[in-house]
This record gives sequence, C-alpha cells and structure tokens, in this order.
Amino acid sequence: MTSLLAEDSALSAADASGASSVAWLLIALPLVGAAVLLLGGRRTDRFGPLLATGLSWGSFVVGLAVFLQLLGLPTEERAQDLTLWNWVPAGAFQLDVGLLVDPLSTSFVLLITFVGSLIHVYSIGYMENDPDKRRFFAYLNLFVASMLLLVLADSYLLLFVGWEGVGLASYLLIGFWNWNPAYATAANKAFFVNRVGDLGLAIGIMVIFVTFGSVDFATVSEGAANASQGTLTAIGLLLLVGACGKSAQFPLQSWLGDAMAGPTPVSALIHAATMVTAGVYLVVRSNPIYDGAPDARLAVALVGAITLLFGAIVGCAKDDIKKVLAASTMSQIGYMMLAAGLGPVGYAFAIFHLLTHGFFKAGMFLGAGSVMHGMNDQVNLRRYGGLSTFMKITWVTFGLGWLAILGVPPFSGFWSKDSVIEAAFVGEGWQPWVLGGVALLGAGITAFYMSRLFFMTFHGEKRWEEDPEPHPHDPDRTMTVPMIVLAVGSAGAGLLLGPTGAITSWLAPVVGEHGEEHPVLPVWLIVALTLGLVAVGAAYAWVRYGRDLVPEVAPKATAITRAARVDLYQDAVNEGLFMRPGIHLTRGLVFADARGVDGAVGGLAALVGGLSSRLRRLQTGYARSYALTMLTGVVTVLGALWVIQ
Amino acid sequence: MVLSLLLAIPAAAGLWLVTGGRALPLAAARTLSAAAVGLTLVLSLAAAVSREGIDRPWLPDLGVRFSFGVDGIAVPLVLLTAAIGALVVAHAWVEVPEGGTPATFLGCLLLVEAGALATFTARDAVLFFVAFELVLVPMWVLISRYGDRHDDHARADAGHRFVLYTALGSTLMLVGILALVTFAGTSDLRELAAGAGASLSPDRQLLVAALLVTGLAVKVPVFPVHTWLPPAHTIAPTAGSVLLAAVLLKMGTYGLVRLPVATVPDGFARLSPVLAVLGVVGIVWGALVCLVERDLKRLIAYSSVAHMGFVVLALAAGTETGLQAALFANIAHGVVSALLFVLVGGLKQRWGTVDLSVARPALRETSPRLGFVLVLGLAASLGLPGLAGFWGELLAVYAAWAPADNRPRALFVGCAVVAAVGAALASAYALRVARRVWVGDVPDPEAGTTRDTRGVEAVVLTTLALGVVVLGVLPGPLLAVTADAVARIGGAR
Repeated sequence: MTSLLAEDSALSAADASGASSVAWLLIALPLVGAAVLLLGGRRTDRFGPLLATGLSWGSFVVGLAVFLQLLGLPTEERAQDLTLWNWVPAGAFQLDVGLLVDPLSTSFVLLITFVGSLIHVYSIGYMENDPDKRRFFAYLNLFVASMLLLVLADSYLLLFVGWEGVGLASYLLIGFWNWNPAYATAANKAFFVNRVGDLGLAIGIMVIFVTFGSVDFATVSEGAANASQGTLTAIGLLLLVGACGKSAQFPLQSWLGDAMAGPTPVSALIHAATMVTAGVYLVVRSNPIYDGAPDARLAVALVGAITLLFGAIVGCAKDDIKKVLAASTMSQIGYMMLAAGLGPVGYAFAIFHLLTHGFFKAGMFLGAGSVMHGMNDQVNLRRYGGLSTFMKITWVTFGLGWLAILGVPPFSGFWSKDSVIEAAFVGEGWQPWVLGGVALLGAGITAFYMSRLFFMTFHGEKRWEEDPEPHPHDPDRTMTVPMIVLAVGSAGAGLLLGPTGAITSWLAPVVGEHGEEHPVLPVWLIVALTLGLVAVGAAYAWVRYGRDLVPEVAPKATAITRAARVDLYQDAVNEGLFMRPGIHLTRGLVFADARGVDGAVGGLAALVGGLSSRLRRLQTGYARSYALTMLTGVVTVLGALWVIQ
Repeated sequence: MVLSLLLAIPAAAGLWLVTGGRALPLAAARTLSAAAVGLTLVLSLAAAVSREGIDRPWLPDLGVRFSFGVDGIAVPLVLLTAAIGALVVAHAWVEVPEGGTPATFLGCLLLVEAGALATFTARDAVLFFVAFELVLVPMWVLISRYGDRHDDHARADAGHRFVLYTALGSTLMLVGILALVTFAGTSDLRELAAGAGASLSPDRQLLVAALLVTGLAVKVPVFPVHTWLPPAHTIAPTAGSVLLAAVLLKMGTYGLVRLPVATVPDGFARLSPVLAVLGVVGIVWGALVCLVERDLKRLIAYSSVAHMGFVVLALAAGTETGLQAALFANIAHGVVSALLFVLVGGLKQRWGTVDLSVARPALRETSPRLGFVLVLGLAASLGLPGLAGFWGELLAVYAAWAPADNRPRALFVGCAVVAAVGAALASAYALRVARRVWVGDVPDPEAGTTRDTRGVEAVVLTTLALGVVVLGVLPGPLLAVTADAVARIGGAR
C-alpha cells in the first residue's frame, strides 16, 4: 500500500501572492458580519440578514479568485502560505498565525462559502417571521468564519481554534430556539460530546509538538517520515478521537440526532454539509501521519464502517424526517471516514464523496425545511404523504437529491460512493472483504431508508387531516432558488468531477498520486452488485411505504426496529457508563469538601467564630477597631522608617 | 519616584479614608478614590515602562533593605492590579454595600490595592512578607463587615475562615522565609534567585521549599486547603470578590514563582510531583463540584480552584514554558474571574439571590447585553481558543506533557491527561450555567424582567470583556513581557 504514496506528496508551500495574499479576507468578511450584528443590537435588525448574506457571498468571490489563481499555476506550485502574525512566543513553544491555501483547503473553501451563502439566502425566507433573525444570521456568519479558519489554518493549533469556533456556533444555533427545554439540552449535549472528542485532539496536538517540535502542517509532513511508527499510531488515534467527536462517528455519535433541534438551515449547513465533515478533513489533512501508521488507519476505516452501518440501521426506523436525514448524514460520513482510513487509495474519494454529499444532503435538508414550512412544522413522516402534487419544486429538487444519495447513475452520488466502495475492496487478507462488504451492504440499506423517507413524504395517501389543516405549498423564491441550485449540483457535480479524473488530479499534490490498484473483485461486479442492492432496497421501500398504506401510528415492530428507534440504546449506554457514576462521585466530593477537608480547620473556624461573636456582643466594634489599629500601626511604622531613611 | 508614588498614593488615600475621612460623604469619597486609582493606573503604566527601582537600607542589622522594583514577572501583575483597582472603585458608582461608611469601604479597596502593589514590587523577602500580610486586614474588613447582609452567621464564618486559613499559611511562609534568609545570609530576592538560595544543601532547600509551598498554597489556593475560598467569595461584596479573585489569589502564585521556584529550585523540584498531583486533583475536584453547586457565586469560586490548579501544574513542571504558562494563566484568570464576579454580583443585586435552581426568564432575551457578556465569560472560562483562558491552560498542559528533566516524566504526562479531562469538565459546568441563566426556563419574557446593564456597570464589563478578547487573540505581547524574566529564573536553575 505504501508504494502508492506519491513521490512528492508533501508540497513545499510558497509565499502567498496574488489573490492568495488576501485570503485572510475569506475569514474576515463573515467575522465582521458577526461582530456588527452581535454588537450592533436592534439597530441592525433591518439590514442585518442582508449584510450577513452579502458578506458570505463576498467570501465566496474571494474563494473563487483564489481557486482560479491556483488553477492557473503549475501543479507543484499550488500551495501558498500566508503568515499573518507571530502568535505565541512561549519558551520552546513558538507559533505563527498563518493560512495555507492549497487544493485541499480551496476545495473546502468553495464548498463552505458556496453552500453557506446559498443557505444564507434560504434563511432569509425561512426565518422571515422570527423576531431574533438578526442573532441567527450573526451566528451563521460566525460559523462560516470559524469553519473557514478551520480549513485554512496552516497548523494544528490554529485549526483547533476554528474547530472550537464551529463548536460554539453549532451550540448557539442548536439552542437557538428556547421554547422547548429539550433544545437547550441538545445544544449542551452537542457541545459536551464534542469537547470529549477535543480532548483527544488537544492531547494529539501536544504529542505532535513534543515529537516534531512544531505544530504546523509543513513540519509535521517532513518529520513524519522519520518518526517512530508507535508515535505516529498514537497521534493518529488521538486525532481520530477528535474526528469522531466532530463528525459524530462511533462511539461519539450520540449528539447528532438531538442536534436536529436547531432551525433546518442550520441542520443543512452545519450538521450535514460542512462542520460534521471536519473530522474527515482532519484525517485527510493528516495524511503524512496516517501513511506511517497503518494501525491507526485501520482504526479510522473500522470506525467509518461501524458508523456507516449504525447510521443506516437507525435511519430505517426513525419517523422524524430530520432525524432520518441526520442518521443518513452519520452513515454517509462513515463512508468518508472509511475511505480516508484506506490511505492513499481513498483520501481523494473521501473528499469527493464529502463534496457531493455536501450538495445533495444540504439540498435534501432544505427540502425538508420546505416541507415543514408548508406543514405547520410537522416533522413526522407518518403525517405526510402525497405531497408531490402540492409541492412540485420541492418534490423534484428533493427527488434529485434522493437519486444522488442512492447512487443511481449518472447522479453525483453514484460516482463518489461507487469510488469509495471500489476502494474498500482494495487490499489483502480479511480487510477488503469486511470493509467492502459493509460498504456494499450500507448502499442497499441507504437505498431502503432514503426511499422510505421519500415515498412516505411525497407519495402514497395523504395522512395530514389534523387541525388546523395545513396547506402545503412551495415556498417563495428565496427558498426555492437555493434548493434548485443544490439539486443541479446533486445531479451534475459527480459527473463533472469523477469520471473526468478532475478531483483526483486536483487533490494529488496534497494527498498523493493515485496509483493503479486492483480490488479483490472485478470492478464491473462491484458496480453491478451495488446497483442491484440499491434496486432491491428501493423496491422494498416502494412496496412497503409507496404502494401499501402507511399506518399513522408506528407499529410495535421487531426488537431490532425498537432498538433502532432509540438510536441503538446509545444514550442509555452513556448514562449507565458515565452519568450515574459521575453523579455519585460528585456528591461524594461535595460531602468531602464540607466535612472531610474542612473538618480540622473549619471546625476551628466555627469555634473561633462562636467565641468571637460572643465577644462582640460584649464589645461592639471590637473587630474593626482592632483591624484598623493594627493596620495603622504597621503602616505608620513603615512610613516613618521610609521617611527617616 | 514613579514607583514611590505608585505605592504611596493608594496607601495614603486609603489610609486617610479609613481613619480621618471615614465620615466623608459618598460622593466625596468616591471622587477621592477615583482620583487615587486613576493616578495609580497612570503611574503603573509609567513604572512598567521605566522599570525603575527603589533601594534604601531599612533594617541594617538584619540586612533587610527597603527595596522595590518591577521586572517582567511583576509588570503584568502590577498593571492588572492597577486596572482592577480602578474598575472596583468605578463599580462603587453601581453599588456600595452596607455595613459601614462608604468611605471606609473605598478606603479598604485602596488599601488592598496598595498592599498588592507592594507585594508584586517588593525585592526583599521580608518586605514581601510584610506587604503580603498587609493586604489581609482590609480584605477581612471587606468580607466580614461589608459582606452579604442576608446571613450574619455565614458572614462571620466566612470572615473567620478567611483569616484563619490565611494566617495559618502566612505563619508557615514566615518561618520558611526566615529559614531561607538565615541559611542564605541575605533577604534580597534578586541575590537569592541568582544563586544564594540554590547554594543551600539539598535538605535545607527541601525544608525551605516545603514551608514556603505549604504556606503559599493556602493563598493560591491549592487543594486541599481551598475550602476558605468559596464562602469568602459567596459572602464578599462584588468589589471584594473581584479583588479576591483577580488580585489576592495572584499573590499566592506570584509568591510561588518568586520564592520557592526562583530561590530553592532543587527543593522545589523534589516537591513538584506532589504539587502537580494536588494541582490536578484541584482541577478535577473544582470542576466536579461546579457540576452540582447551586449558588452561582460559589460555583465561580470553585471554578477558580480548578483554574488555579492549571497554574500550579504549570509551575510544577519547572520549564520556562511552564512558568510562562503559569504567569499567563494567572493574568487570564484574573481578568476572566473579575468579569464573571462583576456580572454575577450584578445579577445578585438584581435578583437578590443567584441560586441556579430558581427558574428565571432567559437572560439573552430580557437583557441581551448581560447575556452576551455572560456567554463570553463562560466561553473564556471553559478555555475556548481565541479568548484569554485558552492559552494559559493549553500551555500548562503542554508544560506538564514535557516537564523539566529532573521531574518524573510519566507522572507529569498522567497529570497532563487528567488536566485535559478537567478542561472538558469545565465545558460541562459552563454549559450548565449557560443553560440555567442564559437560555433560562420561562420562555415568556413578560414573566419578569432583568434590567440590562448600562452606565458605569456596562463600562466596567466592556473593559473586562475587551481584556478577555485581546488576551485571547494576541497572547504574544504578554508572553513576550514575561519571557526574559522567566529565562533568568530558568537560567539560575
């Protein structure tokens, strides 16, 4: 496998010039927007949303200029470093603030600013009647700025700043609405589980610094060749913990479903297209480390494979449209992780699937928002049905996303997912069979649950006669245009990037040249099996949820379905393992503080306190006069001595 | 001259206010104190730039000199003290607690400031001790006379506990200083740091270090002698809490750097594994208690115990990075905790109690400015990068991960990992507070209103908030100021 390593996978970055020299504007524009909207208060209510949207598009324009500049350069010069200021001079710990513009970061910049700006536009319509929409747009801008910092950072530490920044923005947006206490709890849960992951990342950064003497990507990339495999494995595993938290991968996946409490545009942008993919970015960005640590890489692939199945199983049983999409996101990121864990054969495909997924999943979330908009915020799939006749645009755009995620040729998911599945079948021993088999199986399950969602929403009998009766309709143009644009992307992006080889050659300078590899099964057989399983999954969903009547109350179902409905007992496990022992421990500590530690001295204090309050009853003002006398005495003596000398 | 005035002005003004001018009406007392702290602030900047010193013989028989000066370690603390002094006096426009005349209250604030400035600039071990002790008295008056009027018994208890613990610590420290001075034959801190202390025999170093560390640990406070802090913070008036967190605790860590770390490095090195473990226990202990504590002021006090644990861990690591981390975390905690105490003091004034179990409307809706500052303070407290709290604690964990050569590596790495876990716990309690106060429970804003901040209170909060952001975005200047002085201590080792 290591023979697939590119001859020159480590680009040496040149100093930034041209458009790259203003790359800091990418981050500064949305950051200014967030600051103006947050500090400006109610005065900015009127123009705030438009300002935020405009600044986000401004970032996109800068990003496009940077991209075009890189495109015009020869392949080996497509990396530019922009040092901003000397940041931390602390003994051995020296660090500059710098941005790294290269094919990998630019791909993310384009995804984040383009999808992000479209979602800003969508939100203008979606949040039209919300009294706090200014705050919402401020947080969205804060998110875009932090996410861009995350991907543009040229060192692990600066990446960590952006990493925490997106966590904060995610927290603020999940808990944006506080009329339901569960939303605030979901926000806290998301932030805390992410912090657990960050623990791994933070310690990983320490180990990187101790090992390489620096935390910037260039030094790490050079040093990784000489570092011991044990150290690299440790770093790889620690970074994986961080990636699991941010990308909702097993075993830190529990927060993503609850995070759907946030407004739907947030789910589309943060919890589908961009932030949750940061873990994949981290692994791919750290490719020099993982290339030298096959065990850590295998762990990444296994985490991806487990999450892929976990999310897919949960997705089959949920009745909340957003939670199905969340489970699907988790599962699709599992595919990306799996690909990233395969090493040089998979890095580029991980990013490829990440980009296409960014389009089709964001598009489907916006479609879900449109459905909820027309259905009095109803999220239960069992209360939808037959919406295709009422919401034509939503139906068609969602349908394109659905075809894309199923992997139906020639829509974009086919190209990216199929590449991942083929790559999973590359290797020796048991690995290709297990990883490839899981990826193949996952494709079939995905087809089932996504078709289930699609048919239950748009087809079959209508099941929504409650009071007040909703009047489903397509939303206005600020919402439909972003949906249409994303649907076009879902349909065409894969064809544009995949079979042309554009994505692999574009990313080659960062992740290594893509060599010839041979899956353990013939490629045509893998494609045929995948398409066959997808067809079976979709057909079964049609029979059960399109043709047959869907019961309005969920049937009792089998044990596995019941388990999947409660996310395979993830919360129960966390509670039993951590929460309950933690609560007992904490109570013990409080008791110890009050009785144990404080016993000796505290008892003494109480004794003196009792005595002196008795004394004070005899002699009021005693305490203060004493204090002042003492103070005066000491200061007078000092002052006198000073004057005399 | 600058330094003399810097020490004399707050001392003289404070002294007059608690004696001759104690009956002064509020307006006059406020104006006088404001003038004093304003001048002190200007002088502190001048002193930071000029770096001049005072050096006169004082007790020639003992070789004790009246010697003050500022170096890279002292400069940030002198500036912090002067700035916090100005802010607490400004806060008197918002709230003057009952319990005595306003002039006495303001005088005590000034005396604490004067004593702290003397502590941070003293260049003689005996002088350091005297200045250190001088702060105790006005602080005790602030707690036991001007503290929370709701519960007389609790107030008396907090005052006594404060005095008893600190007096106990001071006694041990005094014995340690006397032993050090006797063994080394000089009380000049510069000479002691330059090698006079390090030339002591290992056992004597250990003895001196043990006495000094134990004594100063009370002030820091280090687990398990932290239990005086929560009641003192809960009872003290807002200005007192701010001084306690931002100035008094800093004297403890400053003392650790100046005395045991600089003068008896080998003795300190032998103690450092114990200190590191205690620091880490404090981090986790404080954070866990914060998960269940109901009184918001007590909660922030316990979070201080956790934050100071990072400072202690960094000091124990014994590297230059560790010392810089400790000094940075020290200042950062000063600014962040001052912000939180001003804020929570304001909430207590508005609500009468800061019990977290009481359901209240969302702060972010009733008073968005207070809400914004609260989130900023909590984010800084949980160590969000880009805000003040992050750098000190990150560097502290790093320092523990790569300790000095004469420290047990495995133990320190273990401590670093536990400290990192403590940082994750910090987010849990910060989120808990945000959930209870910022998000609130009663979604209907008509259910009750909380007056938003404005005027002087808003200015004080904005200043502190700016400090939190600037330290986080540009940690470089502060780290650079301490670098040389730290290298000198490191070089002496």
